[in-house]
Amino acid sequence: MAAHKCNIIMLAFVLCGLTYVFVRADIEDTNHVKDAESGAVDIAPKTNIGASLQSTKTEDQTQAAEEERQWEAETNPADAPSDNKADHVHDTMQHLASRPAPYAKDQTQEAAEEERQWEATEVKEADHVPDTMQTPDVPPPTPAKDQFQEELVIRPLHSGDIYASFQFRTMWDTDFLRGSKVSHYRLFPKSLGQVISKFSVRELHISFTQGYWRTMQWGQPFLPSPPGAELWVWFQDTVTDVDDAWKELTNVLSGIFCASLNFIDSTNTVQPSASFKPLGLGNVTDQRFLRYAVLPREIVCTENLTPWKKLLPCGSKAGLAVLMKSEKLFHSSFHSQALHFRPVCQDWKCKSTVWELRQTLNVVFDLHTSGQGKREWSLFKMFSRTLTEACPLASSSKVYVDVTDNPQGELFELSPTTPLLSQAVVLGDRRTYSVYDLTNQATFGQTRSLNMLLRWRAAESGDMLRPLLHGERYVAGYGLQTGEIHTLMYNNHPYRAFPVLLLDTVPWYLRLYIHTLTVSSKGRDNKPSYIHYQPSKDRLRPHLLEMLVQLPPNSVTEVTVQFERALLKWTEYTPDPNHGFYVGSSVISALVPSVVAMDTNSTRECPLFSSFFPCKEESSYFMRVYTEPLLVNLPTPDFSMPYNVICLTCTVVAVGYGSLYNLLTRTFQVEEPSPGLAKRLANIIRRLRGVPLL
Amino acid sequence: MNTPESTCILERNHGLSMSLKLPAGPRVAGASSESGDGRASFLLDSCLLALPSCTDRENGGHRKRHRGRLAALAIAVVVIAVGVPLWWKTTETYRAWLPVTQINQLAQLQLQLSVEVEVVFSRGTLTAEHQKKVDPTHTRLEEHPVDETTGLSYRYETRYRTATIMEEDALNQPTPAETDQSLHLLSESPCGSVVIYVVPESSTLLPEGVSVYVGQRRTSLLRAGRPMRLGVGLKEVLAHLETQVQQVLKVMSFSHSDITAALSDRVRLDYSSRDGLVDSMRAFKSSPGYEITFSLLNPDPKSHHLHWDIEAAVQSYIQPLLSKLAPVADFSLDSQILYYAVLGVNPRYDPSLNAYTLNADSLSHVINPVEARLGSSAASSNPVLNFLLYVPDARHSPLYITDHRKYTVVSNAFSSPRWGGIMVYNVNGTELPVDINIDMTRVMGVFLAQLRLMLGVQSSTPPPGFLVGPCGPAGLADWELDRLLWSRSVENVATATTTITSLAQLLDQIGNIVINDNIAEQVSAAVASLQLAVGQLEAGNLGLALQYSKEAILQSERAFFDPSLLHLLYFPDDQKFAIYIPLFLPMCVPILLSLLKMAAEARQRRRARQDKKE
Repeated sequence: MAAHKCNIIMLAFVLCGLTYVFVRADIEDTNHVKDAESGAVDIAPKTNIGASLQSTKTEDQTQAAEEERQWEAETNPADAPSDNKADHVHDTMQHLASRPAPYAKDQTQEAAEEERQWEATEVKEADHVPDTMQTPDVPPPTPAKDQFQEELVIRPLHSGDIYASFQFRTMWDTDFLRGSKVSHYRLFPKSLGQVISKFSVRELHISFTQGYWRTMQWGQPFLPSPPGAELWVWFQDTVTDVDDAWKELTNVLSGIFCASLNFIDSTNTVQPSASFKPLGLGNVTDQRFLRYAVLPREIVCTENLTPWKKLLPCGSKAGLAVLMKSEKLFHSSFHSQALHFRPVCQDWKCKSTVWELRQTLNVVFDLHTSGQGKREWSLFKMFSRTLTEACPLASSSKVYVDVTDNPQGELFELSPTTPLLSQAVVLGDRRTYSVYDLTNQATFGQTRSLNMLLRWRAAESGDMLRPLLHGERYVAGYGLQTGEIHTLMYNNHPYRAFPVLLLDTVPWYLRLYIHTLTVSSKGRDNKPSYIHYQPSKDRLRPHLLEMLVQLPPNSVTEVTVQFERALLKWTEYTPDPNHGFYVGSSVISALVPSVVAMDTNSTRECPLFSSFFPCKEESSYFMRVYTEPLLVNLPTPDFSMPYNVICLTCTVVAVGYGSLYNLLTRTFQVEEPSPGLAKRLANIIRRLRGVPLL
Repeated sequence: MNTPESTCILERNHGLSMSLKLPAGPRVAGASSESGDGRASFLLDSCLLALPSCTDRENGGHRKRHRGRLAALAIAVVVIAVGVPLWWKTTETYRAWLPVTQINQLAQLQLQLSVEVEVVFSRGTLTAEHQKKVDPTHTRLEEHPVDETTGLSYRYETRYRTATIMEEDALNQPTPAETDQSLHLLSESPCGSVVIYVVPESSTLLPEGVSVYVGQRRTSLLRAGRPMRLGVGLKEVLAHLETQVQQVLKVMSFSHSDITAALSDRVRLDYSSRDGLVDSMRAFKSSPGYEITFSLLNPDPKSHHLHWDIEAAVQSYIQPLLSKLAPVADFSLDSQILYYAVLGVNPRYDPSLNAYTLNADSLSHVINPVEARLGSSAASSNPVLNFLLYVPDARHSPLYITDHRKYTVVSNAFSSPRWGGIMVYNVNGTELPVDINIDMTRVMGVFLAQLRLMLGVQSSTPPPGFLVGPCGPAGLADWELDRLLWSRSVENVATATTTITSLAQLLDQIGNIVINDNIAEQVSAAVASLQLAVGQLEAGNLGLALQYSKEAILQSERAFFDPSLLHLLYFPDDQKFAIYIPLFLPMCVPILLSLLKMAAEARQRRRARQDKKE
């Protein structure tokens, strides 16, 4: 009896243990959610945020999970000009926030930096090249409401690679949003136009990138983009249910671009409060209408390129787009294609707005390794095509080659030569470009085709100016329970500090311990002047961490935060869970002091009247830097486990049940002890003898 | 365990129990025959001596056995009464209630279409006594069983009356078109009804040789036949009139062939002729909305600068028709220009025409390469009607489409069933590049005709003696719209019923599908709308019937394509067994065995009792 009792107790223990294992993960989840929600209840009123900061810091991490808490900079009463300091911080924020304000106003130029510069080039061209040919066939100003421009910039990189950047711009003066159902498309792609008008999109930025842009080797790209797919959209303020519109929009876009954008859901969508302000016109900055999502896992290939090319009015039949052969474009170190839709000014006076669709494609060709030892490249070598004509629909079609580092031809030799030169300030640096105008027949010469050839003379190209801003990120720690995310931000400016906005989106299954957040530069604490933290909710939304940090000159600022890895439900794992889980890039947005402004080298030949104040051109420019995405391993179960557990549980249940059943139904009796061996032997002998048995 | 028959349990005072093997009957006899064995006899004696106490013990054993049996039974009962329902409840899929009986009723579709016909006799068509005698209303019912599950019946409610003075005035207008106009001003007849004015044979209103004039609205003029004048009996007059009225109704409201064609979703039709098949395939399926896209294909933008004023053209040609068709479906219009878009076929040079030709046989290959660039509508899931205007490049110009007999097609256009139409627009410019303004009147004329075909506005040739009035600015007469509404309502009802019944069948067959409440709601709503639509068709309210049938089709499709239906579709039985066997097998085997044993025991006992009786 005692043995049976023991059996039952054992069974109960085993069962309890198993149940505990199964239920534990769920309980943990619910607890976590509860914590977050209970935290959300006591949102501190905004007036005493400063006071609450101190207390919050001392409290445990669940308190940190307050929703949408915004910490203002705590002004230290010991510092004399406390108000001024706060104001200053506030101003910087405001400046960053309202950065892309209408650029008709001269005070805020940063957002329109690039575009403005490119437009300016045309003006400058005429100035700089007064003695060369004027373009003879200037198209008469047509009353067409839409126009198309295309251009290609080729920049030889210091590493020996080649950076080619295509830009196609379609401008259309129309009203997408007035409820007229009839819409007539000429140059603007119809499929995209329908989507924009259906979902009342004000701004749409989408990029697909394969590879990681190596800032330290290649400098700054014209348009930065994170690895994988990135999508951010500003909706019109007439949209009532933004989440619904966002969900449908991502699904439709995933159909248009043949990408997995349909994997964008609430668990990877955030609403950044400061980092992604509208790049176009308009003053709506209510983040309710903004959605931002990154899919770091997305792999970009030719099936994404084809629909992207289809949006161009000339397709890939004419103009610069003939160069886009996918077998060459994807045989490269870096490939990024993007599409930006936004409202912009129609002209300098900015009296009316037009819609701008800008399609860009950036490629870095690794010619140094694929060029069989020869350091030379040509259009044909890169794209296996040459240019023969401009797109007939384009109002301008140009190829630019960056010759800044090669003023006397000592570094490389470019042929055919072009007399057209253009200067532009790009990303705070003054660059010189050779310009090939494809609308001019003379560009193509006798052979009727343009095949630029660049041959390096010097074995080693000169030193590259280190990029002023640079970011890195990695995961530290060991084991599968906790870890630490390190984000490093480099300010390489020799003497100027500048503020940056850091945006971090971390999936919910990495549970951030926000009380462990430290920001330090040069070994000292660097208190962010603005922090916006939105805690995650399990299976609902990711962590969002935004902060404004002042980077001291010539320093590395390190942001660390610890996290705990969550146990996923077994259906939530990806098909290859041991590969790890991606965490999207952090985004560093900054107003970086211009290199031109940094240039204090007075030995250069320049007029004295221009060199007194160091600030010559725009003193600073807007820049966005993406760090590497992270790959984090989560504790991964053995996936045959559920069946094993079922079998084991069932066996245990069956054994326990069987004993119980026996106890209940059987009757027990003591058998007569069997006779000893001697007696049995004796009996056998007796039987043989016929004598009665013992 | 020893069998209870052969054991007798003895309990000693000190608590030890021992069992004594009692030899079975024959062996006892054998043992006793072996006389001389005192020990054995002693054993027997002692047992006999102890007989009273032994039966006591036996009773105790019996009780124990009884208790064991009861325990086994109780366990079996608990397992069956508690365990199985619990398991069933915890593992069942949620299936909301569906109106199955109503759906099954819909599977047997008996449609009745009611048409209100008003026959107005003008002065001089009926004698005074006939006027008195004529029955003001007359109902005629036609039954057309289509197949075993579908039946059609048409009910024509005819009302006879004489014309009012104002109508007489209207009938005295010089031309039928003007008459039609002024009659329309007098009274507006509801959607789906028909008014027939009978005019005397001598009337000069209708031209020579024309017996019926079909107007723009829902009225027609009918020339009275000869027998009326002769003053024969009223019956003959009406009978003669009836055949004519039927002919008019076939043109103005619906014919049996239209309605059966509309039922094609439910009923497998045998098309006697190829033309019938082609006709039935041309029009788009009924849908709550259509996207109409006009595309200008310019394969050579370098030499041809094309301008088309599509905005104005759409406004003046297409929009009136679409606003008239608004009750049928929602339409959205857009246009685009595609550059470097080429056809899939290389045209052949025909020296006799000094032009390039596209043969009718090769037209089927034209569309595919273009279609990839047209871009399906990303923003909605309605079917797209494509109308392409192709301007051939200078090297393949002019380009003509030839039919099967090698004659060039006058319109230089062709249409593809349920897809759209293509028109080739030749430009002649010697000096390139050339600026061209496209003549939109010519283009839109062709596209409008194609659009009517695609939407199923049938322009069936009227029988001899009929004159169809010119259609108004909308390009669509009211009765043509009615015809469309009739067939569309019937088609919608047929489609929705098949969707709902097949959904019900599917859900019935696959028990693993979860039926959420919202699906059940949609199915119920669809069934309700269907019943309403059928009811309205019976009552003759065409407009309401169409509206309800549209709702029904929307709700049924939404239920059918709901993503939640797919979740547990694949959950095979072998997996279930694999999961449950380790639990159920060890639990059920002892229960089953003990039950079997009990049954065997009971049988034995009954037999023993029978033996006893005998």
